[in-house]
Amino acid sequence: MSFPIALTINGQRRAINLDDPRVTLLDLLRERLHLTGSKKGCDRGQCGACTVLVNGRRINSCLALAVSLDGAEVLTIEGLAENGTLHPLQAAFIEHDGFQCGFCTPGQIMSAVGLIHEGDAGDDPERIREAMSGNLCRCGAYRGITEAVIEAQKNMPSRMNGGAA
Amino acid sequence: MNRFEYIRPASVAEAVAAASEPGATYLGAGTNLLDLMKGGITKPTRLVDTTHLPGLDRIERLEGGAVRIGALVRNTDLAYDQEFSKTFPSVAEAVLAGASAQLRNAATTAGNLMQRTRCAYFYDPASACNKREPGAGCDALHGANRTSAVVGWSEHCVATHPSDLCVPLVALDAVVEIDGKAGRREVPLEAFHRLPGDEPQRETVLEPGDLIVAVRLPVEAAAFAARSRYVKIRERTSYAFALVSVAAALHLEGDRVAEARVALGGVALKPWRAREAEAILDGAAPDEASYRKAADAALAAAKPSGDNAFKIELARRLIVRALTLAAAGTPERVPALPASVFQAAQGSAIHA
Amino acid sequence: MPENAARIRHGSSIGQPLTRRDGLLKVTGGATYAADNHPEGLLHAVTAVSTIARGRVTHLDVAAARAHPGVVDVMTPENAPKLAMHPDKKDTPFTFRLDLLQDSAVRYANQPIAVVIADTLEAATEGVALLAPRYNVEAARVGLDAEKPIVPPSVGVGEPPDASKGDVEAGLGEAETRIATTYETASQYHNAMEPHAIVAEWKDGGLSIDMPTQGLSIAQGRLAGLFGIDPKKIHIRSPFLGGGFGSKGTPAGPQVLGVMAAKLVDRPVKLVLRREQMFGPVGHRAQTRQSFRLGTKGDGTLTALEHCTLTASSTFDDFFEPSGGVSHTLYASPNISATHRAVRLDIGTPMFMRAPGEASGSAALESAIDEMAEACGMDPLEFRLKNYAEKEPLSGKPFSSKALRECYRQGAEAFGWSARKPEPRSMRDQDGLLVGWGVGTATFPALMMQAQASAELRADGSASMLIGAHDMGQGAWTALAQIAADSLGLDLDAVEFRMGSSDLPNAGIAGGSAHTATAGDAIHKAGSAIIAQLSELATQDERSPLFGAGNAGTIARDGWLLRRDDERRGESFSDILKRAGRERIEGQGNAGSDKAAREAYAMHAHGAVFAEAKVDPDLGQVRVTRLVGAFAAGRIINPRLVRSQYYGGMIWGLSFALHEHTVMDKRSGRPMNASLAEYHVPVNADVPSVEAILVEEHDPHVNALGIKGVGEISITGTAGAIANAVFHATGIRVRELPITLDRLMG
Repeated sequence: MSFPIALTINGQRRAINLDDPRVTLLDLLRERLHLTGSKKGCDRGQCGACTVLVNGRRINSCLALAVSLDGAEVLTIEGLAENGTLHPLQAAFIEHDGFQCGFCTPGQIMSAVGLIHEGDAGDDPERIREAMSGNLCRCGAYRGITEAVIEAQKNMPSRMNGGAA
Repeated sequence: MNRFEYIRPASVAEAVAAASEPGATYLGAGTNLLDLMKGGITKPTRLVDTTHLPGLDRIERLEGGAVRIGALVRNTDLAYDQEFSKTFPSVAEAVLAGASAQLRNAATTAGNLMQRTRCAYFYDPASACNKREPGAGCDALHGANRTSAVVGWSEHCVATHPSDLCVPLVALDAVVEIDGKAGRREVPLEAFHRLPGDEPQRETVLEPGDLIVAVRLPVEAAAFAARSRYVKIRERTSYAFALVSVAAALHLEGDRVAEARVALGGVALKPWRAREAEAILDGAAPDEASYRKAADAALAAAKPSGDNAFKIELARRLIVRALTLAAAGTPERVPALPASVFQAAQGSAIHA
Repeated sequence: MPENAARIRHGSSIGQPLTRRDGLLKVTGGATYAADNHPEGLLHAVTAVSTIARGRVTHLDVAAARAHPGVVDVMTPENAPKLAMHPDKKDTPFTFRLDLLQDSAVRYANQPIAVVIADTLEAATEGVALLAPRYNVEAARVGLDAEKPIVPPSVGVGEPPDASKGDVEAGLGEAETRIATTYETASQYHNAMEPHAIVAEWKDGGLSIDMPTQGLSIAQGRLAGLFGIDPKKIHIRSPFLGGGFGSKGTPAGPQVLGVMAAKLVDRPVKLVLRREQMFGPVGHRAQTRQSFRLGTKGDGTLTALEHCTLTASSTFDDFFEPSGGVSHTLYASPNISATHRAVRLDIGTPMFMRAPGEASGSAALESAIDEMAEACGMDPLEFRLKNYAEKEPLSGKPFSSKALRECYRQGAEAFGWSARKPEPRSMRDQDGLLVGWGVGTATFPALMMQAQASAELRADGSASMLIGAHDMGQGAWTALAQIAADSLGLDLDAVEFRMGSSDLPNAGIAGGSAHTATAGDAIHKAGSAIIAQLSELATQDERSPLFGAGNAGTIARDGWLLRRDDERRGESFSDILKRAGRERIEGQGNAGSDKAAREAYAMHAHGAVFAEAKVDPDLGQVRVTRLVGAFAAGRIINPRLVRSQYYGGMIWGLSFALHEHTVMDKRSGRPMNASLAEYHVPVNADVPSVEAILVEEHDPHVNALGIKGVGEISITGTAGAIANAVFHATGIRVRELPITLDRLMG
């Protein structure tokens, strides 16, 4: 039995014939579409490495069935830079050394994109730390991550942060 | 994960019919269900996807002032709805104290009610668990049970309910709207979850096919908006389940408590309404002595289910803290660290 | 000073706080970790693991698994490919025994007992569930009191279990103040964000492998031995590790199972451990119980330090957490005894885990020292200074360098230590939270391993540096390239720098905080060998402006060789090569430890960590609101990356003090919190403020570049500092780590 679904992934509309309803969004991206930027750290919504945006909101792609997301827009780390220009968050993560091994980084950055879009944390470091707490970093790059989010937000044109302050 | 049949109904009626079959279960966001299925803890043979059902994702203000939260309203949308969070600030604070931003963006209101326990022995298919397999026994009872229940447990099950959202909801007399084979019915949230007794596998009053369509907060709940808090003790500053949590709400008239609401999380297999505490507070002075008496009353029947006696004293103290914070007034905005003891206090020292 | 140290070119790269050269790949999702590979025809393999800790597997429902659509094969002891070497054979002390389906015995929980191979990950995963193993269960031996302790043959890396000097009993006898105290530390799991993974393909009798490893050639050699093939026929790529922390130092059993599965089905196979499966077969930090007896004279001078460690290892292999080592080096006591005993339990074999021995030992020792200071009525920092070791206490050797005093000074100043009120439970913040300040001393040996590098300079002025080095997040892609550029006198971008693959020169292991020092030394020597040849060509050629300058009379910079005494006179590398008719010059570098220097000196990095903890006086919840660490670790290649290493280590110290522990069911021997939801590591909100101070230190003895290593030191000192801060905040000394809030409710 197959399950035809349509997803817009990184701006590109794709018709996907799922052969198995058990496939999560993360496994669809990684194992079937070979978009391996999103990482699997726990597969149970406990680490945040798989964070992507679905319809503009950050979620754990490991805990979403792809078949249920029929019609959704998905943004992954591969789709964040535009025409080869890094998103301000990507640049700020490099500048502030917001990672070491880099494995949690795609999830951290996509989570930060979602955070800025939510517009709740502002430039309050404590709110940013709290709002980034769904992304574990075993290397302990939290200081750089928080600094990168604050700086990127300053440098972002308002169209990128949904107009949120 | 076992193979299952995937059904995407177009209407609530279709959903109810599809989910009435044995082995069927509803799929919301899946944040808990997929976790359980991946762990082999639950093995539904049919998933009925509710997420495409129309009309269940709205927050509605009803005539007379009650507020109806659609079953599919995502946790984040509830907490960030300005009018809602102003009216029911402890609910917003509880939502934001739970899980992570990613999970809250996905998780639904109904799904939150349907969360299963985090008991390690329930989560471990190799352990005996009466919930997973009725009659198998409870390995948690004499196991590593530091976080187990201290009220309402039985020798068949010592698990706790993990929800944050449900705690203020139960304090505020929320009502669950359910559609089922026999039509629509309503159940007070306080009566929705069952204590384990000798049937811990029966966790709620839902019958096969029953679908939660909304959770309603009555107009009276809005009376607590000015003094309403949720406080949660956990073993990490964020992204951790509650060891114990308390929702407290006060309605003051003059120098007296006109009405109080107290509920606890992390102490029982259901969000625990502490009516004994409320009775003591009604008409009492809003001071520490009253709060202590209320806390003692709330935990009067508590007993350790293992290596967890500290949770009883912790719950007592947290009730006092939550009431103190509630009396001090709801903050303008949910604190940077929601429901945390490390939020900056307004004004005077609260930890004196 | 060694001759070659004089010739270090402080070019433009070493010491610069460059951003990571692999940063672009890492922020765009373009960095390829092992599990990101998809060779043509790939199958997915998932391991089944035991749910018992001791006994035998009596039945697996292989038929049910095979019947699941998509399942290709099930690998069990019955049909597993035969290995050339028994996985329990131990040919070197670093060969760890592996569970590779050699029989039906179960020696610990989460031991692999079968592998299901399928077309899809979903099918393989469900195939595993369908195996429904049955067992003959034997009672698990759990906890430090389950067995009679033995004297381990050695601890850590071949260190003797017991070491002493002087007479501890006599020292205690002459003491005016004595304490005896016991600490327990929990078993911990590395839990790198990247689960152990492998993509393996058999090709033309050889092996093509993607796997994260901290030791490419160790992995190559181990696999060659197990499969009976020439190591040269095994190609392992490991450009990026998603964290290692010691757990990827040697190939883990499940990674080898991936190779076996590929052989069984004769297709490329990907095998990735599930998170819960990482609590057993890939190592852990063993639990410890550490008992101290300390004595001091009236002025606070130590007269005796006794440090007895009881730890645990598996029933079938040896790794013993060397917690006592820190007491050899940290405090100047005339009488020292550090001993190790161990029990053998039904657990996976413990392993190196970030600062093995130093982390657990320091957590306990720093707490015990704090207790001693308290007993003497002294400020904890003053007490440490009073007992400052001018020579390594146990060996009596001078230190090759030791800027610890400066670490204490700069750290204390940045932290504001002088405002500390001595009385416990005497400080509060404006919200009424209890505030405590604690200090701990950090220490880690400055090790040197072995490594080789090869370099080439070409007539067009381009160059390359090749080394099979590893980047697990510490920043090898950047720091080693900086060393390479300076060694060749070239701009960073002019050097093609290659690493992370087993077909490159053997760089040993990324471990012991020695990779930058060791690989860097090999690189430095390879580059220097080229410059020496270039110099010889030029200075002996009458046509060169460098003629007669002599080998030591030149310096290399920006692709030019210049006269040291007159930098206006020089010649480009290209010109020198072209005139000599050479297309290229090659250089090799071999790094190893200088035995004579190590005989003469004790070599350690040092640091001082200051912690502020806030504790709710009623509810006991703890938050570490400030961490300030000052560290001296010789030459710093890249301060930006080094700061990150220090932050990370301090966060590990925080995790050690407050979070990480394994909840073991004593009946089954099964870890009950084997998930990232319940096995807590710190989240962002747990780390509101962390600061690292890089204290200048020059070490002429450790190696040519004077590098000591920074990867592990900052976990030491920190756990103790936090535990001491919690005591200072609450007046409650919790002697079982991690500290949990129920102990602090008062």
